[in-house]
Amino acid sequence: MSANVVSILYLIAAVLFVLALKGLSHPESARRGNLFGMIGMAIAVIVTLQMSSVDNYLWIGLAALLGGGFGVLVARGIPMTHMPQLVAAMHSLVGLAAVLIAVSAVYNPQAYGIATAEGGLHLSSMIELFLGTFIGAITFTASVVAFTKLHGLVSGSPIVFKGQHLLNLILGLVMLGAGIMFCATGAWTPFLIMLAIALVLGVTLIIPIGGADMPVIVSMLNSYSGWAAAGIGFTLNNQMLIIAGALVGSSGAILSYIMCKAMNRSLFNVLLGGFGGDAPTASTGVKTDRPVHSGSADDVAFLLKNARSVVIIPGYGLAVARAQHALKEVVESLQKHDVKVRFAIHPVAGRMPGHMNVLLAEADVPYDIVEEMESINSSFADTDVALVIGANDVVNPSARTDPGSPIYGMPILDVGKAAHVVVVKRSLSVGYAGLDNDLFYMDKTMMVFSDAKKACEELVQAID
Amino acid sequence: MSEVVQVAQAAVQQAECADPFVLSLTVFVLAIFVGYHVVWNVTPALHTPLMSVTNAISGIVIVGAILASGSQGFNLGTILGLIAVVLVSINIFGGFVVTQRMLAMFKKRK
Repeated sequence: MSANVVSILYLIAAVLFVLALKGLSHPESARRGNLFGMIGMAIAVIVTLQMSSVDNYLWIGLAALLGGGFGVLVARGIPMTHMPQLVAAMHSLVGLAAVLIAVSAVYNPQAYGIATAEGGLHLSSMIELFLGTFIGAITFTASVVAFTKLHGLVSGSPIVFKGQHLLNLILGLVMLGAGIMFCATGAWTPFLIMLAIALVLGVTLIIPIGGADMPVIVSMLNSYSGWAAAGIGFTLNNQMLIIAGALVGSSGAILSYIMCKAMNRSLFNVLLGGFGGDAPTASTGVKTDRPVHSGSADDVAFLLKNARSVVIIPGYGLAVARAQHALKEVVESLQKHDVKVRFAIHPVAGRMPGHMNVLLAEADVPYDIVEEMESINSSFADTDVALVIGANDVVNPSARTDPGSPIYGMPILDVGKAAHVVVVKRSLSVGYAGLDNDLFYMDKTMMVFSDAKKACEELVQAID
Repeated sequence: MSEVVQVAQAAVQQAECADPFVLSLTVFVLAIFVGYHVVWNVTPALHTPLMSVTNAISGIVIVGAILASGSQGFNLGTILGLIAVVLVSINIFGGFVVTQRMLAMFKKRK
């Protein structure tokens, strides 16, 4: 195959990757998009395999079979609640792979056709390898830390200590120095020092960031893994890799931006860390003297049955209680009573962007009754009952009304505008932000103190 | 006159021989713009599948891994390459399969 044919086929693969992302603008076109992505990947791999420098087919095939088999196994078995961990783990693999490829390129530049006449590296290749290696290394260890936090292997609480930012700054500068030395000399020692520090930096940069901010971090690492891939593309002078890496990089960057905006935080503020732990430690701060209206499942069923329009606001608590399927049955019973039921999703509901939508889809909730915050906020005024299940901070009116509140300015779902509000919650404990919620004490609010799953099961019986 | 032609030819040659890095940079910047516009059109409901499919797509570094492990015989370069092939194969297969699985769950009202 001539170099031109190879380039054209790589171009086709790159276009297919763009189409894969484009398809995600709608659930119907998304499945076809995913198929385009697979075809693009197959073309890219086959074209690379037929290159004259590649003839180690047995071992490459075995390696691909081993990795691919494991990947399929995990992908089929993983529960949807564990998607954030899976995604974090995959970022770490891309990061590590990028590092390994870079090390191998420094060791044997001939394999990539980037060697100088003397068998060394050009300055431009060394700069690209330096950038690719440190981005890959940070992505690797940072994603491993994010994975352990998300999977509950370590506490999600932020780890902060004095001089933390100074330490990171010093590490960063030493790494930069070693990288420059590598570019100047092409020697192994500064390269390995740079690599080692980058690996450490990945850990020290992530440990101060709390569990509540993990959606941002997962999105950011998504972006990094893309830049790492693009870095490899620069090293190999392979435009398709650069395009694919840039697509992934910008996708992750946009998701980080959306998440930050939904929490009214700046990316800088998130990265400085120290916000949001595993379990709220301030749960004792609940003001017990404030009166609430509490009700039973029968009271709620009466309200819901006689409503024309109901909006359900699910939070991650719903998934923790594994109540999605029971909730789906509540929706079906209500629909039998001719009640219009919709779901309202806050962008940070769940543990990663779009997570709640997947959890609802898994429970067979049709996607066309699930609405985003912007589109549904205006219709709360015409809503008879807003049913809040397992959500807290995203419906806290103090984000609108109290300039002194830490979440002031964060966009919220306008639940308070509905005629009646029902909140299903185990207790009056606070959410991630550690704040009391005025919504619970409003006259039109009825609190149901119960586990989400139990409450939904009782509701189904009470409605029927 | 012939001098002018010579100067012009030299300039054309220089322009044609732009450093490959510059070419790559051009592609890189334009691809970021394409990515920016395509991703803003992704519906928020599909942001999780977006992440898993980008996981699979970033597995494209397998091209580098294959080149590293391409030659017969074992040395540090090929062994690292083979390990990289294992790692990114997990991403490629796992990413596409889990995306497919999620997308199959999104159904319209009956």
